[in-house]
Amino acid sequence: MSQKPPADLFTPSRRQLLVGTAALSATAMLAPQALAQAFPTAKVNTTGLAVTDTEVTVGILHSVTGTMAISETGSVQAEKLAIEQINAGGGVLGRKIKFIQEDGASDWPTFAEKAKKLLVNDKVASVMGCWTSASRKAVLPVFEQYNGMLYYPTFYEGLEQSKNVIYTGQEATQQIIAGLDWVAKEKGAKTFYLLGSDYIWPRTSNKIARKHIENHLKTKVVGEEYFPLGHTQFNSVINKIKLTKPDVIYAIIVGGSNVAFYKQLKAAGIDLKKQTLLTISVTEDEIDGIGGENIVGAYACMKYFQSLDNPNNKAFVTAFKKMWGEKTVIGDVTQAAYLGPWLWKLTVEKAGSFDIDKIAAASPDVEFKGAPEGYVKIHANHHLWSKTRVGRARADGQYDMIYETASLVEPDPFPKGYQ
Amino acid sequence: MFGDYSLADLGSILVMQGFAGLILFSVFVLMALGLAIIFGQMGVINMAHGEFMILGAYMTFLTSHVFQNYFQAYYAGYFFVAMLVAFIVSGALGLIVEWGLIRFLYARPLDTLLATWGLSLIMQQAFRSIFGAREVGVELPQWMMGSLPVTDTIEVQINGLFVMGLTLIITGIIALLLYRSRWGLQVRAVVTNRTMSGAVGIDTRRVDRLTFGLGCGIAGVAGSAFTMIGSTGPTAGQLYIVDTFLVVVFGGAQSLLGTIFSALTISQSQSTLEFFLTGSMAKVLTLLIVIGLLMLRPQGLFVLKVRR
Repeated sequence: MSQKPPADLFTPSRRQLLVGTAALSATAMLAPQALAQAFPTAKVNTTGLAVTDTEVTVGILHSVTGTMAISETGSVQAEKLAIEQINAGGGVLGRKIKFIQEDGASDWPTFAEKAKKLLVNDKVASVMGCWTSASRKAVLPVFEQYNGMLYYPTFYEGLEQSKNVIYTGQEATQQIIAGLDWVAKEKGAKTFYLLGSDYIWPRTSNKIARKHIENHLKTKVVGEEYFPLGHTQFNSVINKIKLTKPDVIYAIIVGGSNVAFYKQLKAAGIDLKKQTLLTISVTEDEIDGIGGENIVGAYACMKYFQSLDNPNNKAFVTAFKKMWGEKTVIGDVTQAAYLGPWLWKLTVEKAGSFDIDKIAAASPDVEFKGAPEGYVKIHANHHLWSKTRVGRARADGQYDMIYETASLVEPDPFPKGYQ
Repeated sequence: MFGDYSLADLGSILVMQGFAGLILFSVFVLMALGLAIIFGQMGVINMAHGEFMILGAYMTFLTSHVFQNYFQAYYAGYFFVAMLVAFIVSGALGLIVEWGLIRFLYARPLDTLLATWGLSLIMQQAFRSIFGAREVGVELPQWMMGSLPVTDTIEVQINGLFVMGLTLIITGIIALLLYRSRWGLQVRAVVTNRTMSGAVGIDTRRVDRLTFGLGCGIAGVAGSAFTMIGSTGPTAGQLYIVDTFLVVVFGGAQSLLGTIFSALTISQSQSTLEFFLTGSMAKVLTLLIVIGLLMLRPQGLFVLKVRR
């Protein structure tokens, strides 16, 4: 697998090199070997990471077995693609990236154990991994104790910030507020029915949504409900929705429940072309399982859709499909996972070092112009500045983007007035 | 919460809610039938029951593709073929599993628990390797989607009706088989007294194998039907298994009637409570009711009276 990545993907790295340090400007154009010599291993790696003169080892830590394999597969694919493209372009500071992949097996203690193995035994320079908040919470103490660096791809509930983690997905306010503002303005929505699976992310997100709906939009929540993970019978709540006739159904249902929910919604005669439904949990990946015909017309609030029309994304989608097959779809989190290796590379080059402390310090303001979602930048709080977008589901399982915020939305993991 | 609604609104909601409960009831019966036969008649706890259901669901997925590509003209009716395929494949796998695994473990019920759990893990990973880790979407023919409007406010879901009809038919067939056929007689004899049945010339091994195969086959049909309302993925079987065991244990393991009544109790309390409370609280209360009743009647709702 050695297809040449599109040229525009390299602009940021080259630019970063030029801007990063004046001393670098002459070496940026040199061959990888020469570049590696310009950065002797003894200088760029003072803490004993797995960095040699020719190679640097990173870890990939996701579930490829168990329940979460459904969701995490796309992230693994995206990370491998990014690593391959970076290698094809000369690697990081002249060193090829080698990766060690570990399986978290959808089990949180296993994630912690494997994280420890990657950091302590393999001395990896960074880890791309985790998906659920539970797995991230399980590995966080390990990364903080052994001073590792984690690039975490999933949109999540916020309320966390660590020197040892870069959050490449959206925290809750980035995903929720712009979407609610849009639906209130465009659809004139006055009443909302909040639904969610019963765990931390949907509950925290709905809490933020409710505060925004009641305190800022001055509109009304007419119902709020949670279902155990894996719940498959939604007829009762669908009846309640029919009774309360909300302007907007706000759904944060995850996993297998999603499929049951949308199929039953359709069977019950609720036509999403007429009834506004806004979700923050259904990406193109999930639609694959739900079936496009069951969810057509629904609105999703994300930062990335596969159908985004920009040169970066076109190149990304082409490369992704070439590597993983024509039929694969790319959802929001997959794109965020793709950002991980690139942001790490750019940060290493800005810091001129692989040392974790230096990377952590250099991360704020690192920008990646080759991102499929468009320009992104790391905030001082280690989350990303990114745009929020609303898309409408088509019958073929893709989204049509119909709204995006005019500027990048600032990440705010500890939002005041929303807790 | 009812203050704002007219009497007509409330009436139609009551009807729809009753219908929702009936659908849930049919789903529970369909899930539990296969397990009830295996658990009740053979004493084998089949932890891989959910995976046999998902095998049926995947067969439906494959059949729909075959029809889309080769028999486009008959697509509207593919679901019936799919259910048959699901029954045959799941049933055949059931026969093989009984022959290769279960028959060595009849005297060790706890080991069957462990062995079938292992089997469920193997099947999950096999699905993942063959069909991919992601869920697959099973398309339905147009006539099975949507709902029939009865009045302005009452709508009846077609796939709900379909599941109800299917449950009725399968339950009828099983009841006939168990209580009117020679095989049923043999099964009941073996359940009552295995040694004695063997002594009078019943091939107990053969009865066991057929029973297990039939149970798995029904699981396959159930899985096929559930593609209409649920997800099809490698681990989706796990979504059903807890509810299934709940229904079977609560009903009293050896009684078909018990299974039906237990499904009725659980589904009605679940769907009624869900309407007044939230989904999670409804589940909690339903489980509390079941635990309470099981404390009063440890053998389940219906107990087969056998002289030991």
